Amino acid sequence: MFVSLQGSNALEIVIDRGNDNPTPIAIVPFTSTNPAVDVSPVIAFDLVRSGQFAPLEEENMLSYPSQPEDVYFRDWRILGMEYLLIGRHLTRVDGDVTVSYHLFDVSAEREVKSGEITASRDRVRDIAHRIADEVYEEITGIRGAFSTRILYVLVENIGTSYARYKLEMADSDGERPRTLFETSEPLLSPSWSPDGQRIAYVSFETGRPAIVIQELRSNFRQRLPPYPGLNGAPAFSPDGRELAMVLSRDGNPEIYTMEIAVPGRSLRRVTRHASAIDTEPAWTPDGKSLIFTSDRGGRPQIYRVDLRTSLTERLTYQGDYNARARLLPDGRHLVYVHRREGVYHIAWQDLETDQGPRVLTETSLDESPSLAPNGTMLIYATQDQGRGILAVVSIDGQVKYKLPSAAGEVREPSWSPYLDTLATNRGL
Amino acid sequence: MTQFRTRNRALLVVGALVLAGCASQQEPEPVAQEESPVDVAPVESQAVQADPTPTDFDNRSRPLTPSGRILATKFYFELDQARLSARDLRLLEMHANILTRNRDRRLVIEGHCDERGTREYNLALGERRANAVSSFLTSAGVRRSQIETVSYGEERPDDPGHDEAAWGKNRRAVVIYR
Repeated sequence: MFVSLQGSNALEIVIDRGNDNPTPIAIVPFTSTNPAVDVSPVIAFDLVRSGQFAPLEEENMLSYPSQPEDVYFRDWRILGMEYLLIGRHLTRVDGDVTVSYHLFDVSAEREVKSGEITASRDRVRDIAHRIADEVYEEITGIRGAFSTRILYVLVENIGTSYARYKLEMADSDGERPRTLFETSEPLLSPSWSPDGQRIAYVSFETGRPAIVIQELRSNFRQRLPPYPGLNGAPAFSPDGRELAMVLSRDGNPEIYTMEIAVPGRSLRRVTRHASAIDTEPAWTPDGKSLIFTSDRGGRPQIYRVDLRTSLTERLTYQGDYNARARLLPDGRHLVYVHRREGVYHIAWQDLETDQGPRVLTETSLDESPSLAPNGTMLIYATQDQGRGILAVVSIDGQVKYKLPSAAGEVREPSWSPYLDTLATNRGL
Repeated sequence: MTQFRTRNRALLVVGALVLAGCASQQEPEPVAQEESPVDVAPVESQAVQADPTPTDFDNRSRPLTPSGRILATKFYFELDQARLSARDLRLLEMHANILTRNRDRRLVIEGHCDERGTREYNLALGERRANAVSSFLTSAGVRRSQIETVSYGEERPDDPGHDEAAWGKNRRAVVIYR
């Protein structure tokens, strides 16, 4: 399977591999009073990218219904379809667009889901992603994560003295990228607040590292007063009130949490290991612990610390380089960077059965795994012919696609939490 | 928004100055010790071999060995390591002597990594490399106040390549006199 859908300067998507048994679905082009608007290809591409669906080519369709009364199930049964999605757009007098849709189970010959969504004209892609989310959830039972955004760092003129670092935000399909911040100095470690309204990242814009919190709606940037040494790896707590980070103000990298919801911004030191590197904190979903990378045992491995008791346990034992772990929303499965025979992969581990690490990616220099909020896929950075690109893999390892940038190198991806992308004026 | 853009432009200017500063630091590669494999021929022109009094810097502010050659300012590391070689320690001892004779001079020590491994871990590893140099210099008599360290992790490779040769050049600490 090869699908490529390129927008202006968007990330391009190249699907390497899908599920072995994708669900056949027919997505009939939605009728429209405005030919410039069609959500159905966007919905189809979302479902294709999940790897779990095989949409029918438009030219193979026998009929093109747009209303439930025009549907003849045998037309779709003959074609082996399990599901059928039809719909209509309506451009309203105030300029808003209303899209209505109906999803049918072909063998049961019944409608299983329908909906109607209205938004301003510039939000048509958001309507499409919302419908894809609803269709995906109806069929798979898993909440869809198409109405999400990804943050990443785009580097132009890399390796020259004119390098430009751009913090970008794009739709989950790579479309509609926009630059949130730009500098001639390195940017890294972007991450999202749990409500999706703020982001935090590390900027070297002054020549020294500092953590920046940026509001998406206003673009207001707040540079936390940097401490001497490292200021890195910011991670919002699940309640959004604290920021975990790495500071080396006391001589070597340690993990701290900072109360950011209160004016005094009290700082609490979490790790105490004078000779070791402690870095890359991530919160457990309950907000009670942090997982992090430490070389206190001699080599970088993943640990978990209970924030109340400070009890610390080591989570990884296989291999001599395990770093930058992230937990799945279930709090039970871990993904991280794992080195095996000198090659860096993204690996997966079940903490309860202690099974793993199971290698998910076979590219090279794979790093920075970031999970979709529904935990089905992860985005990571890798290299393709010496160029930094982004790639996505499903947690079961079956589905893979790449997102190279049309220009420059891309890295440091961060998948947003669930977002209400149809709410107006949220800067998304 | 306007404010945001103005600040951005100001940063551009600062960035350009920083880059200009870096560029002038990067030109010379040669090092001084004869037995080292990386060493190149003695440095030509401005070297002050004829001068009988010890001169610590050439006319372009580059540090010099007692015999008047340009002193190495880059120190290389093994993968995942922050240990300085015996040769590096000898060279750093010369830097320490220069800095103790010139208490007004300050040094920025940059720590760098190759592109392998995670970015934040590499920032920490780069800092460990810079600190290895810093600790040696302070133990050799340089004042803590003369030294500043900064880690760029894997963000500023010397060689943009993706092979062992490039990686070897990128795992480094760099001392920059101010």
